[in-house]
Amino acid sequence: MSESDKVPGLWKRTTLVDRGGPRGIDPGGRWLLTVLAAVAVAVPLLNQVVPATSAFHLSPFGITLIGKYMCYGMLAMAIDLIWGYCGILSLGHGAFFALGGYAMGMYLMRQIGPRGVYGDPVLPDFMVFLNYKSLPWFWHGFNHFPLAVAMVAVVPALLALVFGWFAFRSRVTGVYLSIITQALTYALMLAFFRNDMGFGGNNGFTDFKEILGFDLHSDRTRVVLLVITAAALAGGYEVCRKIVESRAGRVVLAIRDAESRTRFLGYPVESFKLWLFVISGILAGVAGALYVPQVGIINPSEFAPINSIEAVIWVAVGGRGTLYGAIAGAVLVNYLKTWLTGAFPEIWLYALGALFVLVTLFLPRGITGLLRRRSTQT
Amino acid sequence: MRDKRLQLEGLTVSFDGFKALNNLSLHVDPGELLCIIGPNGAGKTTMMDVITGKTRPDSGTARFGLDIDLLGMSEAEIVGAGIGRKFQKPTVFEQLTVFENLELALAGSRSFLTTFRARMSGAQQERIHQVLEIIGLLEQRDAFARVLAHGQKQWLEIGMLLMQNPELLLVDEPVAGMTPHEVERTAELLRSLAGEHSVVVVEHDMAFVRSIAKRVVVLHEGSVIAEGDMDTVQKHARVIEVYLGV
Repeated sequence: MSESDKVPGLWKRTTLVDRGGPRGIDPGGRWLLTVLAAVAVAVPLLNQVVPATSAFHLSPFGITLIGKYMCYGMLAMAIDLIWGYCGILSLGHGAFFALGGYAMGMYLMRQIGPRGVYGDPVLPDFMVFLNYKSLPWFWHGFNHFPLAVAMVAVVPALLALVFGWFAFRSRVTGVYLSIITQALTYALMLAFFRNDMGFGGNNGFTDFKEILGFDLHSDRTRVVLLVITAAALAGGYEVCRKIVESRAGRVVLAIRDAESRTRFLGYPVESFKLWLFVISGILAGVAGALYVPQVGIINPSEFAPINSIEAVIWVAVGGRGTLYGAIAGAVLVNYLKTWLTGAFPEIWLYALGALFVLVTLFLPRGITGLLRRRSTQT
Repeated sequence: MRDKRLQLEGLTVSFDGFKALNNLSLHVDPGELLCIIGPNGAGKTTMMDVITGKTRPDSGTARFGLDIDLLGMSEAEIVGAGIGRKFQKPTVFEQLTVFENLELALAGSRSFLTTFRARMSGAQQERIHQVLEIIGLLEQRDAFARVLAHGQKQWLEIGMLLMQNPELLLVDEPVAGMTPHEVERTAELLRSLAGEHSVVVVEHDMAFVRSIAKRVVVLHEGSVIAEGDMDTVQKHARVIEVYLGV
């Protein structure tokens, strides 16, 4: 038994990465981009062109569902970038997703303006309700869309930078890092639950009206948001692919498989981890920001540790170390969730747990690993 | 210019009262091939750790050339100063090809952004080709390192050190677990490197040490107890007592 065999499976350093040979690209990637393009074309057609009476008409519910799946796919890809490629298992990535979501939510709240229940021209409803006299300082400027969009990236990036800087510099790795990421998202959840944080307490933000003047409840806006989400996912995928296929990507694999060896080659391991962690945090934040206008609500439960763990399960099911696999896993597990929570609501958590155990034991490379094994055998 | 002499003076390292190194002094001349032997716990690995910055000594000095104080430098800075280390266990990057392993060992900036943008130049390709020839892995160029035989992994790791063109190579038990044929090829390889590089080999295999070393240093309980050529050392009374056990 070699040393790496004793490491629990989740933190095992060596997982195969599908690179289709020495200089090949993520081979499922072409499929992924094709599917995203198809979705971006088909959804508008099925919703806007096909008449509502037709069996092929896509309902607003269907659009939201597909959009949601793609946001989850982006979160899964962000996790895979650090876990599958660099061996950093974050069990708190939901925090970055939620922060991106909150940044977008703040913009959407300011957009409501005087149309809120209390009709205050500046203060969102929950502030009036909680007796705020004026806007807290960190809400200023969020009525400007560009600033909100910038914050969608900046806030998760800053958190990832500060957290990662301390964690990686102290050489916290493996199980310990996973535990403190859990603590991070849990602490943020508790903080956002507090009314005097200025983020709406346990109700969070909802009742959004419009984005950039477009009605959020119209099908046309929903379709556009979905197309933007598909484009963002494709763009995010390209960014990740560029990274993992560059020499930096090979350094990252080297760090995952033999960290101290990489350090002895002269690579600043901590700095590589930090870059990757920050990029991953930004991707998760963007996913959250796209998620909020489509589902119409953001509240502190997005920070719940179980959410982050669920996202890790998507990646494990899809197959870590393949960007497209992580996305496929997210879509698959969430489809299962949508169906199961409808048909047998009480068994979902058990099913999720069982799925995770089964995948860890029998499919260490996830579903895409199964496909790859088949294709290399023939 | 390859003219840096490694000079260790009075190094002491203790772990919970146990002295892993006890007032150790030794030197390595430029281009020299030095073998270090000693029983388990003699301090060989600790000495390597001190030179490469992994362990800080309680007292003593470690200088490389006239003006480089190794004790004040980080692991990465020491690599940059021209000291490369090969570990006991072969640790090549299993998920990368032989070529990619050498690519990561190329000299040059190590930052995230430069490696992200890096494109390989013709000269760099040429250098990798040269090293593949030296270590005899030209045919395995595009094979994943995980499929290499044990000896081949060791050579690949030596090749990775060579990519950085270090002045001083530290090689920890290179022939442990090798077949006789592999041992012979490794001896050839290390002999060919001396002169161009200073080489320090830590090894248990006496026949192997005899076949490569001009000068041998014997460590025991953290200090040097004998040095000289293999024959002198083997006749040394204290060495016979503590190590060779004859």
